[in-house]
This record gives sequence, structure tokens and C-alpha cells, in this order.
Amino acid sequence: MRAAELVTASVLVFLGGVVLFDAVRLGFGWGPDGPRSGFFPFWLALIMVIVCGVILVQAALDNRGKSFVSREQLNSVLKVLWPATAAVALMHFVGLYVASALYMGFYMRWVGRHSWVAVVAIALGIPIGSFLVFEKWFLVPMPKGPLEQWLGY
Amino acid sequence: MGIENLILGFHIAITPFNLFMAVVGILLGTIIGVLPGLGGANGVAILLPVTFTMPPTSAIILLTSIYWGALFGGAITSILFNIPGEPWSVATTFDGYPMARQGQGGAALTAAFTSSFVGAFFSIVFITFFAPLLAQIALRFGPPEIFAIQFLTFSSFVGLGGGNPLKSLVSILIGFILATVGLDIVTGQLRLTFGITELMRGFDFIIAVIGLFGIGEILLSVEEGLTFRGTRTGMNLRVVLDTWKTLPRYWRTFVRSSFIGFWMGFKPGGATPASFMSYAFAKRFSKNADRFGKGDLEGVVAPETAAHAAGVAAILPMITLGIPGSPTAAVMLGGLIIWGLQPGPLLFKENPDFVWGLIASMYTGNIIGVLMVLAFVPLFAAILRIPFAILTPLIVVVCAIGSYAVHNSMLDIWYMLIFGVVGYVFKKLDYPLAPLVLALVLGDMAENALRQSLIMSQGSLAIFFNRPIAGVITAVAVFFFILPIITPWWRKLKGASAPTVQTSHN
Repeated sequence: MRAAELVTASVLVFLGGVVLFDAVRLGFGWGPDGPRSGFFPFWLALIMVIVCGVILVQAALDNRGKSFVSREQLNSVLKVLWPATAAVALMHFVGLYVASALYMGFYMRWVGRHSWVAVVAIALGIPIGSFLVFEKWFLVPMPKGPLEQWLGY
Repeated sequence: MGIENLILGFHIAITPFNLFMAVVGILLGTIIGVLPGLGGANGVAILLPVTFTMPPTSAIILLTSIYWGALFGGAITSILFNIPGEPWSVATTFDGYPMARQGQGGAALTAAFTSSFVGAFFSIVFITFFAPLLAQIALRFGPPEIFAIQFLTFSSFVGLGGGNPLKSLVSILIGFILATVGLDIVTGQLRLTFGITELMRGFDFIIAVIGLFGIGEILLSVEEGLTFRGTRTGMNLRVVLDTWKTLPRYWRTFVRSSFIGFWMGFKPGGATPASFMSYAFAKRFSKNADRFGKGDLEGVVAPETAAHAAGVAAILPMITLGIPGSPTAAVMLGGLIIWGLQPGPLLFKENPDFVWGLIASMYTGNIIGVLMVLAFVPLFAAILRIPFAILTPLIVVVCAIGSYAVHNSMLDIWYMLIFGVVGYVFKKLDYPLAPLVLALVLGDMAENALRQSLIMSQGSLAIFFNRPIAGVITAVAVFFFILPIITPWWRKLKGASAPTVQTSHN
């Protein structure tokens, strides 16, 4: 827990510093027509750096040895996270519907160990259903790839 | 002036299309409330793009109905599965789940839904009468008053939110900083983009809501290892009628909890503390306090009444002041702007049919809601029996669709994933997410109000103190900000170490 607290607060101090840097570039004082662009971000970032500094000290003094995440927990979180990331990356090439079908099918088979019949039915059914709802009914376009193009959409 | 406006509102709310919207909204909302990872706020956010082409009144009826549905849905999972779908349902599990284990699930559910309805109804009546008055007063507000109210909004997260006040403050600051990214509309300068064109657009709060609450919540729930050990609903007409017969006995609890809910609810982050507070009060005043926590009906009535009263009350500041009382209300406020309406007191003057249609639909929506959930509980409970390996990717896909639809941008889906990881880490480290989202929504408004105020006063902060209304509000806000500093000192002075109830934001 302590390490995670320290890392998070340090990252926030760093980001605050980045904001301060840009606010100074924009000018944080009084311009010809009121406060300059950097005024609001400057004070926000300044307070954030100070407060995160205090949190850093608090965390450093705190010695309760509760771990942030156990190995098993991290494993199950990553098991969700990396296929999701892969699916989003895939959307750039094959569109949202095909990527969703592959992602759902993969996840159901890999984590859930469902039967192939269920995997195929749901991995095809859900994307086709959402295609009909969004593209046909609500006319909200989603990213599409070669398959949709080939089908004439 | 109130009654004829309300009748006008009902004419709008009970058209077949708007009633249909309410039914669809309640149905979707209850499903969203039951599913882990999809709560009121991101449910509304995901469906926002669908409403872009609708008439604004129908759109808001759909979104508010989703909100009511989510409020009802939270009770189902709390009682039957001991999983609070929403933070304000946590207190409902204390007595609801033991009741379900003892085979009284039907009675607990009936009491929960009926209490929700009573709490909501109480708040709606209050809104009907107070909203026009508050809007009248708010019409005279200038930039200093508007900024003072925002200041008060955020001070209440720090002072009353529970948890580490410094972390609440950091969440607020992060939200405001994210809101400044992109084009500064006053000076035309680019801020915090560092030459990256993609950052020019800034961060959309809808994406933040979907990521922080949707993906973040999924990651949290897989970490805890999702195992649903549900009990049977045991719901039929007989149980409903029998429970209704016993409920009037708790009229004191209903009234007290409704007041607590309304009072806490129109301030931000109110529903969760309201439900805990109401539970604690009910226990203190009850003759059989020792039965609380073991399956007492009153222990279900109290938190549910307060949570729903608070949830409805969050709409009041949104339509009168343009300041949302909860993340879900914040998303709806974003919707108002997208539909071309200006949230705030002018709404009552310029779009009376919208405002009164909305208020009237709150009555109809909650009546439809309570009947629907009573009738279809087993159906909704069955959703949680969907295997986890199907539910998880399904929710991720739904979140991706919702994120993309806002701006038709692939980058937003990446932002969603990043916000998801941030939400997961923040939630674990107790950085509250609600103030971050609210600050991101209100950022531009707060900054403009601050700038205009400072221009009026030529740079002096005294303007927030020497105008009567702004002065009082600012003073209260400052008090809330220093509350976490003086509380321990005050306790030491009294020599007592009263335990504090730690509650999370909703």
C-alpha cells in the first residue's frame, strides 16, 4: 500500500510540475483583459503539488504493512486488462464489431472455459445485435473494418 | 403559479412516446443498476449519444428514468446477493441480505422498493415547490455568487466526504486541471497541449465517467473474485400485500429518512452518507435496536428511503443552479448543454415545458418504476446469474461503444482504458472519484465565474466576501474546508473520541 501511495503521489507531483511549467509559459498574472490563461491552472497545480507533498509525507510515515495488491489479484486484473487493450488495438484494423466478437469469444473460452457452441453463439450474437441497434436503429456509427466494407457498409 | 405549470408538465410527461421512454429507461436503468461495473452515472453516459437526435424533453425523461431504475436496481443485488450495486446500497445489505437468507427476501425487496418510492416521492414534492423559488433567487446571482456556490459544492466534498480530506482535494484539483486542457475560449490560447494536436479537444467528462466508474469498477470486482451466491427472490403478490400492511408502522422512519435524504442529497455526494446516517438514526430510535443487522425490516426501510430521496434531490441544484448534485446529475447536465439548453435558473423562464415536463416525469417515472421492479424482480435477479466470463467482456464492449459514440473518436476508447486503470488505482488508494468528475464537468464554468468576478473587482478576492449572498456562501465553504483541521482539535477539547463513520462518495 505504502509503495503505491508514494508512487501515485509522486506521479501527481510530477504532473503538477508539468502544469506549472506550462502555466508559467502562458503567464499567470494580470493581462490587459483580466487574468491570463495560465492563472487558473497555475494556482490549481501549485495547491496540488503542495497537497501531494503532504500526502507523500503522510504515506512515508505510515508503516501499516498492508499490500496494495496480491499476486493473484493482480493476475486476475491483468487477465481482464490485456485482452481489453488488445481488443481496442484490434479495433483500429478490423473495426469494433469484429474486434468485439474475437475478444468476447477469446475471453469466454480462455477464462470461462465455456463450450464452443456457447462461445460462437454469444461472440457472434452480441456484436450482430449491437450492430443492428446502433447502425440501423439509432444511426450511431461505430468504427468499421474490411468485413463491413465487403458487406457494403 | 406552481400547480398549472405542473399540469402543463403532466401533459408532456404522459404522452405515449414519453411514457414509452420512461418504461425503456427504467428497464435499462434497473439492468444497469444490477450489473456490477455499470452504475447510474456511466449507464447514463453510455446512452447519452443515443439521445442526441431526440427532443430534449424525451431525452431527459429517458436519462432520468435510467437513473431511477439504477437506484431501484441497487437494492436487488444488495438484498439477494449481498453485493451493493451502488455505494448507497451498502447500508441496505446490513439487514436486507440476512432477511433474504431467512427466506424473507420477498418482504425485504417489497419494503426496499416501496421505501425508495416514498423517499423519491417526498423529494419530488419538495422539488416541485422549491425549484421555482430557488431559480427565482438564483436569477439574481452574478459571477461571484456562482463561483461561491461552486466553491461550496467542492468544500462539502472535502469537509463532509469522509476519508482523507487531502485526497478529496487532490481529486478536485485533478478534475479542474483536466478541464483546462485544450483551447482557452477567453484568450484563444492553447493550454497544456504541449504541441500535441490530439490534446486540443481536451478531456471529455463522459469518457472519464465511463472509464473511471465502468472499467475501474470491473477491474475492482474481478480482483475481489466475483462469486455470486444468490438467494431466491421469494416474491409474489401475497408477500407484497402482506409487507405493505406492516409498512405504515414505520411512518416515523419514512419521514425522518426522507428529510435526511433530501437534506443530504441536494448537496454533492449526498446519497451514500444519507443512507448510512438514516440507518444509524433508525437504529438509535428503534425499540428493538438489537435486531438491526440480523434482518430487521426497518433496517431496509431507513437506508432505502434516504438513498432514493437523496438521489432525486440531486436533480434540484442541477435544474435551478446548473450545478449537479451527483456524478449522474453531472452527466445529465452535460446532456442539457449538448441538446442546446442552458442549465441554470433561466431554464424556468425560457424552457418551462422542458423543466415542468421533467418534474412531472419524475412522478410518473417513479410510479412506473416501483410497479415494474415489483413485477419483474426475478427477471432482473436472473441477470446476475449470467456467467462472469460473458459479463466482463460484454461490459467492456458496451463501455467502448459508449466512449466512441461521443465524438466518433478511437482515441476516446484509449482514454477510457487509461481512465479505467486510474479509477482502479484511485479507488484502492481512497482518492474519491465523484469530486474529480464533478470538477471536470464544472471546470469551465468555475473558471469563467472566477475570471469575471476578478475582472469586476480588479483582481481582489474580497469580492467573494463583501457581497451579501456570496459572502455567506463563501464563509460556509471556508468553514467546510477547515472542518477536517478543527474536528480532531475539537474532539481533543471535549475529551471524547467519538468514532467516525467512514463513507465513500457516491
